[in-house]
Amino acid sequence: MKIKPGTIMGVCTGLAVFILIAAFPFWYGGLKPKAAPDIDLNTPEINALTEKQCVTSTEYMKTEHMKLLNQWRNDVVRNGSRTYIAPDGRQFDKSLTRTCLACHSNKEQFCTRCHNYSGANPRCWDCHSETASAAARKAIILKEKVNLHGGH
Amino acid sequence: MVDINRRLLLKAAGISAFGTIFPSVGYLISAHAQEVISKNTAPSAKRWAMLMDISKCPAGCRDCIDACHGIHNVPLINEPGQEIRWIQKVPFSNAFPSQENPYSDISLKKREPVIMCNHCSNPPCVRVCPTQATFKRKDGIVMMDYHRCIGCRFCIAACPYGARSMNFRNPRPYIGSINPDFPTRTKGVVEKCNFCEERLAVGLPPACVAACRHKALIFGDLLAGESEIRTILRNNNAFRRRPELGTEPHVFYTG
Repeated sequence: MKIKPGTIMGVCTGLAVFILIAAFPFWYGGLKPKAAPDIDLNTPEINALTEKQCVTSTEYMKTEHMKLLNQWRNDVVRNGSRTYIAPDGRQFDKSLTRTCLACHSNKEQFCTRCHNYSGANPRCWDCHSETASAAARKAIILKEKVNLHGGH
Repeated sequence: MVDINRRLLLKAAGISAFGTIFPSVGYLISAHAQEVISKNTAPSAKRWAMLMDISKCPAGCRDCIDACHGIHNVPLINEPGQEIRWIQKVPFSNAFPSQENPYSDISLKKREPVIMCNHCSNPPCVRVCPTQATFKRKDGIVMMDYHRCIGCRFCIAACPYGARSMNFRNPRPYIGSINPDFPTRTKGVVEKCNFCEERLAVGLPPACVAACRHKALIFGDLLAGESEIRTILRNNNAFRRRPELGTEPHVFYTG
């Protein structure tokens, strides 16, 4: 049987198109490096802190904050334990809106930017408020100040 | 769940094994061990309950409902079958269908008891929940973990008091002003009264009790011998909704 040159051309074109489509993720975005998100810590609440330290180490929070939040969630909802004692002895309310957002009041520039970059799509905000109330913001900073003056 | 360390577990296991061999002696000691364990894990022995004096509640007053629904971001959806209610006022005959008789006082028939989740000691909703999204706390509060709710609505079918509401749609557009200190719910979860556990945790009474100007709602700990609610229950003839079902409701009514 003799293969017509037209058939070979057709197969090659088809293969080329297939490879092009299959490799879409690579040529679309994968080859050019994406700039890391600019995580903004510049909020009035953070600037007002004497010691700029999250509830635990920054390294841990960067990679494991979701685990901490899950733990807090289960502690509060299922076990009624509401106070988190940080490794350095400071005490915090186990609350996304009353503690995390009280300092990180710029959800868009802090949470969302990184979640978009990493393709994470947490559903916290379906229910939890994206803004902490003014009273909650005051409370967290007061609490921290009191504890800082209390010998830590 | 139960916070138990290795030492305590071994102690309890040893006593249990001893109890298997010498039942009566073992019983006494294991009762002691139980006490030790419960002391370590449950710092506050409480049993929260509500009491409503129906005669003190004026017709048309909605203070408790507005307070509760405002604080808890309960949406106002005016479509039959889709309403969300944590607390509501219903005609006496609806709340207590078997208590009515043709000769009862006309004023009683006009009364509108406030009804809510009864926080039963034997809650059918907890028994049927396949994900343990609904569970009973040690202090008697029947709680919902909305993170776990899959919206199967078994609990709605199981609850004899109609205390539960399903979010058939995203509730947020139906909330007047969102209280940022309390989460809203999302489409596809069931919700109900939580006895204001978030307020109890910081030492505040439930919102409905705090909002009632007529002192028709009393809230307290049944295990504290001299609590107001305990005293009223001791000295008055209180009744509950559908006690014959054996759910042991903990919302009581007088008046």
